[in-house]
Amino acid sequence: MFRALADPTRRAILDELSERDGQTLFELCARLGTKHGLGSSRQAISQHLDVLESAGLVRTRREGRYKFHDLDTTPLQEITQRWPIPKSASKNKESR
Amino acid sequence: MRINVMSVMVDDQRKALRFYTEVLGFVKKREIPLGEHSWLTVVSPDAPDGVELSLEPDEHPAARPFKDALVADGIPFTSFEVDDVQAEYDRLVGLGVRFTQPPTHIGIATTAVFDDTCGNLIQIAQEHSTP
Repeated sequence: MFRALADPTRRAILDELSERDGQTLFELCARLGTKHGLGSSRQAISQHLDVLESAGLVRTRREGRYKFHDLDTTPLQEITQRWPIPKSASKNKESR
Repeated sequence: MRINVMSVMVDDQRKALRFYTEVLGFVKKREIPLGEHSWLTVVSPDAPDGVELSLEPDEHPAARPFKDALVADGIPFTSFEVDDVQAEYDRLVGLGVRFTQPPTHIGIATTAVFDDTCGNLIQIAQEHSTP
């Protein structure tokens, strides 16, 4: 999962999926190209999606002839389980 | 040299003619019987002398795997221009058309993608003069 998150293109994919779930590869590429200025090929985006999927952060769902991608943030729980955020941290953040 | 016709590969010409005229609103321009199929074209009522769209049988063995691969990834075979993507989306959804991508603002344009029921995805797009 950490390797999956370490790449800015993959983080942009997660940003776009959090805006709208259930996107096709085509829609994701259009959003990444026009909103993030990422000129990656469809093939490259498809490989990024594979990495995100094996990390459990993206789920691919077949619906008839179409393939849609959904965001799954549950693996991110691991981060706060491993390094819990102290209750006072959110208050302190403002002053830091 | 001029572009006067473009084609879309359809699994059934009769069904395609119904969808492209009755649902999308194009009008039939030519129907010339050629063996078991026809040279079948439609045009936009806004441009009856403009580019014709040929509804071409997808009989070649390579056509279906190609179309299936594009559809799986949500890639439209071609794109048509509309004045208002949202209005067209609402109209087509009302007619039972299945969209794989709802109207999406992507800076230079708003686009949406639907299934033409003949094995293709088609994009509708509205260009914005100011992003």
